Amino acid sequence: MTDILFDPKRLAQSPSSAPTDAPPKVPADAPADAPADAPADAGLSGAGGDSVIDVQGLTKSFGSKVVVNNLSMRVRRGEIFGFLGPNGSGKTTFIRMLCGLLAADSGSGTCLGWDIRTQAERIKPHVGYMSQRFSLYEDLTVRENLDFTARLYGLPDRAALVGDCLEHNGLARFADNLAGSLSGGWKQRLALAACTLHDPSLLLLDEPTAGVDPGARRDFWDAVHRLAARGVTALISTHYMDEAERCHRLAYIAYGDLLAQDTVEGLIRNSGLVTWSISGPDLHELSEILRGKPGVDQVVAFGNTLHVSGPDEASLVAALSPCGATHQCRRIETNLEEVFIHLMRGARKP
Amino acid sequence: MTIDIGFTFSRFAAVVYKEFIQMRRDRVTFAMMIGIPLMQLILFGYAINSDPRHLPTAVLSADNSPYSRGIVAGMQTSTYFDVTGQLSSRAQAEAALKNGDAQFVLTIPEDFSRKLLRGETPVLLLEADATDPAATSGAVASLREIVSRAIARDLPGPAAELAATDLPVTIRVHAEYNPEAVTQYNIVPGLMGVILSLTLTMITSLAITRERERGTMENLLSTPVKPLEVMLGKITPYILVGYIQIALIILASKFLFDVPLRGSLVPIFVLSLVFIAANLSVGVTLSTVAKNQLQAVQMSVFFFLPSLLLSGFMFPFRGMPAWAQVLGSALPLTHYLRFVRGVLLKGATGMESLTHIWPIAIFFLAVIAIGMLRYRKTLD
Repeated sequence: MTDILFDPKRLAQSPSSAPTDAPPKVPADAPADAPADAPADAGLSGAGGDSVIDVQGLTKSFGSKVVVNNLSMRVRRGEIFGFLGPNGSGKTTFIRMLCGLLAADSGSGTCLGWDIRTQAERIKPHVGYMSQRFSLYEDLTVRENLDFTARLYGLPDRAALVGDCLEHNGLARFADNLAGSLSGGWKQRLALAACTLHDPSLLLLDEPTAGVDPGARRDFWDAVHRLAARGVTALISTHYMDEAERCHRLAYIAYGDLLAQDTVEGLIRNSGLVTWSISGPDLHELSEILRGKPGVDQVVAFGNTLHVSGPDEASLVAALSPCGATHQCRRIETNLEEVFIHLMRGARKP
Repeated sequence: MTIDIGFTFSRFAAVVYKEFIQMRRDRVTFAMMIGIPLMQLILFGYAINSDPRHLPTAVLSADNSPYSRGIVAGMQTSTYFDVTGQLSSRAQAEAALKNGDAQFVLTIPEDFSRKLLRGETPVLLLEADATDPAATSGAVASLREIVSRAIARDLPGPAAELAATDLPVTIRVHAEYNPEAVTQYNIVPGLMGVILSLTLTMITSLAITRERERGTMENLLSTPVKPLEVMLGKITPYILVGYIQIALIILASKFLFDVPLRGSLVPIFVLSLVFIAANLSVGVTLSTVAKNQLQAVQMSVFFFLPSLLLSGFMFPFRGMPAWAQVLGSALPLTHYLRFVRGVLLKGATGMESLTHIWPIAIFFLAVIAIGMLRYRKTLD
């Protein structure tokens, strides 16, 4: 099992390279009463010293079902951190524990320097949480929803703030429409606008782009990257591989266990998977044959080619050699999906 | 920056404002809030409360004199009584009442006119089927007047003078089956408490449950808003609704049902706030327990029924067994009914009414405390 929890070497290539004119703004008012390990001026020197999220051994069960099992993870300031895993793997539960919506059974950790188990009330004003399901008021207009949110966070100069927000998010023309009448993509934009209205230091976005078309998804990710450039940290759960590739770092969780945590390149490299692309006649029959062979881990049809992956180069080549005469075979880069499927199979619970 | 643990007025105001907008948008619910009181008023008010006339009356007369005939004729012309027939025996009389053939049986003893002329104040017996006491009270009340007039008209000179000052007949009324008569005017003011209790508890019990069901609670919980801010913010708009209901009911009492409003309306409006708050706190507390809106409604009915039955609205409070009285005393409606009836019907002042208000206030504080404890800050 590939389990890379933390690798200091990668800090160098870690993309927390926020522009220097917009310094990361982990809670400005934190130091006064934040615990000693608050991330205020820790900088990049120590492992995890710059963590916005830093949890150890977090566990949560519903009844007898362990949904999050002994999970430890760090997310650094200014990072866009992708959170992946099959349905029901505990992603939502984990995110909810971070922002105080659920209480952890055991484990400890900090979010923005505050204890997630005892200081949820301090964390909340600095976190923007976007739930999987649209959770603004469908019977309020777009403007009213934003205004309500601004009031809850006690933001000054509300009318102007909401006006700017509508403008920047392209929501101005829907300002007086009921939120319930918006399409999925616009609802998601509204939700993102609402959860960033109070200028949070950390965004927790739970499958924000589920059911949204590619154009709207791209706009969304551009917006997230703009925020990250200003020093905002984002933890985003997703099922889309293209979205995963737009994250600075990724964690893969399955059935409550954290299986890997790395950059995209690191995950692919450390998976040890080798992948070959095969094209030629009768691919379907060939895929059936290949699937049973030793050394073959996955056979996936991609249009007119088959992608065949396995953990060991030599045995994979041996398995493929019979079709060398009839088909074109070439070694290609392993992609993220193959890595995740490989991880998931390794983790499948009995 | 307000990293506070306490109550922030602006956030509370935010919730209040939001609730108002949602209330305005939710036309059906708002219509229900106005429609339920009207419907109840009309159903309860007219069904129970109208002054029934033409009640079937049987006469068991052993005295065929002008006086007794005059009384029976007077009853007939009063329109309260419809004299349906003459009976010839006690057994028939009992059967007529029991079967419901007659609402009243008037018994005139055989020596009635003789005693009357001698000034011996003979006895007239009116037996009433008081299963529904409200139905008979108007007629019973009118009987004295009817008898007095009938006799005065027929009596010779000196005896008539005597009758003018003092009724020369003893009217004995036996209210059968339900000895404690509830007067008509009790019902409408009582309805005020019943309606407030039902609608306000139910509507607020839906309030938080709806946030949970629609998923908006998840968003609300992730913001810095505090439980007390949410709860009071949700309650406040419905206080206004409660006052609209009170105003409606008082108007209806006066103009539809002609309830004599003896007391001042000021104590009603001021002190009702405590009762409104108590019911709203029940609703909010229930909604912290209920998992969905259906459960919330069921739970509020579960609270409402004992209130209806044990408060003295449906059944005379003093007629209930001791345990039921104890239970009833814990319910705000019981005290509110006494308060409203005291003020509206007996003209009690605000100060005099405070004895009925403090138990409601205690109830409110206890329930809102439970609600605060129950309000889940997490989605667990």
